[in-house]
Amino acid sequence: MRTALILLLLLGVAAIPGSLIPQRTQNPMAVREYFANDPTLASWFDRFSLFDVYGSPWFSAIYILLFISLIGCVLPRSLEHLKLARALPPITPKNLNRMEFYRSWPGVGGEYDAGKSWLKKNRFRIREFDGALSAEKGYLRETGNLLFHLSLILILIGVSLGALFGMKGEAIVNVGERFVNIPTSYDSLSYGKLFTDRSLPSFSIKVTDFVGKYNLITNAPEDYTLRVETVREQNATRENHIIKVNSPLSFGSTNVYLQANGYSPVVTVRDSKGQVVMQGPVPFLPQDANLTSIGAIKVPDSIPQLGFVATFLPTAARDKVRGGISAFPEALDPKLLFSIWKGDLGLDRGVPQSVYRIDTSKMQKIGLHSLQVGQTFTFAEGSITFDGVTPWVNLQIVRDPGKIYALVGGIVAILGLLASLFTRRRRIWIRVNESGVVEVAGLAKNGAPGLENEISSLVGLLERVER
Amino acid sequence: MTHSSWAYTSNYLIYSSMAVYTLAFFAHAYETAWAVRSPESQAPAGGLLAKTFDFARTEKVARIATSFMILGTLLLFAGVVARGISAGRVPWGNMYEFSITGALAFCGAYLFALRKYDLRWLGLIVSIAVLLTLGTAITVLYRPSAPLVPALKSTWLVIHVSAAIISGGVFLLANVIAAAYLYLDAMEQRGERSAWAKRLPSLEVLDQLSYRLVAFVFPLWTFAVIAGAIWAEHAWGRYWGWDPKETWAFITWVGYAAYLHARVTVGWRGRKAAWLCLLAGSTFLFNYVYVNVWGTGKHTYSGL
Ligand code: HEM
Repeated sequence: MRTALILLLLLGVAAIPGSLIPQRTQNPMAVREYFANDPTLASWFDRFSLFDVYGSPWFSAIYILLFISLIGCVLPRSLEHLKLARALPPITPKNLNRMEFYRSWPGVGGEYDAGKSWLKKNRFRIREFDGALSAEKGYLRETGNLLFHLSLILILIGVSLGALFGMKGEAIVNVGERFVNIPTSYDSLSYGKLFTDRSLPSFSIKVTDFVGKYNLITNAPEDYTLRVETVREQNATRENHIIKVNSPLSFGSTNVYLQANGYSPVVTVRDSKGQVVMQGPVPFLPQDANLTSIGAIKVPDSIPQLGFVATFLPTAARDKVRGGISAFPEALDPKLLFSIWKGDLGLDRGVPQSVYRIDTSKMQKIGLHSLQVGQTFTFAEGSITFDGVTPWVNLQIVRDPGKIYALVGGIVAILGLLASLFTRRRRIWIRVNESGVVEVAGLAKNGAPGLENEISSLVGLLERVER
Repeated sequence: MTHSSWAYTSNYLIYSSMAVYTLAFFAHAYETAWAVRSPESQAPAGGLLAKTFDFARTEKVARIATSFMILGTLLLFAGVVARGISAGRVPWGNMYEFSITGALAFCGAYLFALRKYDLRWLGLIVSIAVLLTLGTAITVLYRPSAPLVPALKSTWLVIHVSAAIISGGVFLLANVIAAAYLYLDAMEQRGERSAWAKRLPSLEVLDQLSYRLVAFVFPLWTFAVIAGAIWAEHAWGRYWGWDPKETWAFITWVGYAAYLHARVTVGWRGRKAAWLCLLAGSTFLFNYVYVNVWGTGKHTYSGL
């Protein structure tokens, strides 16, 4: 018992560092910053898994030990409690006057039966032996308590199932594009230990429209509505759906969430001969609440290779310090600012690159310009046209087959808690001896309150019994 | 009325409730101060007569104080409702709104417990705590009334946040009582209670009371955490992600579970139990203040 209590507290304490130090799973950028600012400290932190607290060996060790001790204690108790399901209370002790609540008075006869029927009516379990009555109530307390602890085990099972058989991925999709649920469509994808490619359900989602509504005074978002057209299986019919922030789209146990949104400027790049070398929307990464976005337009197919390090402003404005910024999240007055680079984009070096940045170490800057929709800028190596802008959405696709167990566990936990915290377990005894003296006594387990009133009302009733 | 006039009305109501709580505070302070003087000027320890006399004098002030508390809470309630109407939603969208609703829950918990237990002595602490909360809310945390960001538009906002706020109010009340326990206990260790503290309940009563409050809301807090998980599943695609807010909710839950265990199965009472109660309660406060204001993560709705 003491071990469990200590482990429980330890688990609480162990959870603390993860809330104070950035975690890889939640905020990888902040972790990288840590490494950049203080490499020695960061590498020490890393040695103790402080950037992955909740997946670390020591955190896992604590909760596994806790649950082992929980199982070791709760299972035997549950079996015992099952055996007790129909059991009767122990027989009446000899010396009732030692009990917490005790009354005795010379009776007139009939008290015993009146008491018995009162206890029956109040659903006490009753055992009679040798002219004395022993009654008990409140078994629900132990039942609830056991249910509560068992449900914690169920929740853990649900969490483990999710970790083993689940998957989670993200994909950025421009409005107008179709997402097909195969591994290569994802920007990031992680599987549970027992999940394979073939477990990915087959469906496709075409993003037909996305509308973000913003408050005109505070610029805060008020509503995001994403319209999609889905095909559930091969050769199935098309269906139209709406996805909102709080209402995902489900394909069986796989859910699709609207997670983030931004803009993709649509551009056409031509080489010096006027040949189109790149055309289409390029997703940019929002930097602030007004969706000032940064991005990289990479043109590996031109000779020399071209790159545009760009900023996109949905509603262009100027700031004294920051220069070009966006003043409103909707694309009211879009503007594309960029610097032009030529040289080697470094795409075939095999090192993964961010799609939002260009490694300009092997490139040379050849110009700086800004465009509004419809405008073209021509330079020695070619030209760039800003054709328009289309929104993108970040779809998060999650499969968690364990969540239903965790949910059931959660509900049972609450019900069990209510039963165990609000049920009072108590015993009441009645004995009438040969000389007709009535004795009534009671005992409350864990000093639960309220027995005094119960005994008083029983005694009051019995004292009014007439011959 | 237009939305902005509802917002003004709400602000006036909150200011009025603060004025009334201030009156309640002075009435409670007066009552306490009065009780100090009289028994000591009487013969030692008073006898029955002196006690009755003493109580009769403060009784009236105490009643006035409680009436002020009730009136203040009604005004606060109206202020919170008006705030909700002005924004066209439940008033739980940013930290200012959490604070005024939390203060309401705290006072509500106090008045509710007052019906069953003689807790009038707590009024002094409750009124000052509420004044501080409302004062901070309206000066530092205030934000104009506005619609919710999309992630908050959900029935789960109503369910999860109301459960959390009510639990918070009751946890804080339990904390205040545990703190009072420790204070009075220290006083008794040094000798007798001072005269003014003689009217306060015995240590056993305080000990029981803070336990009852915790046992009463622990299931509600469990529910709040689970409702939060369900909502997180709807909004973010995972029911648990060890976001700082979630982590601290879990820590609070573990803290109070440990407290209940310590009492029920290990048999802790009194001082040790009170310290544990305070520890668990401070994790709740930490979550509210630190994670909302300085924390990162998905729960950044404070509007600061
Ligand atoms: C090995 C681990 C554990 C053991 C052996 C254990 C055992 C017990 C026992 C004997 C009780 C007393 C019930 C009664 O008769 O009133 C109890 C109550 C309780 N336990 Fe546990 N427990 C364990 C783990 C946990 C965990 C992990 C939690 C949750 C974080 C938890 C939460 C509770 C709660 C809330 C109560 C109700 C307290 C009350 O009845 O007032 N327990 N536990």
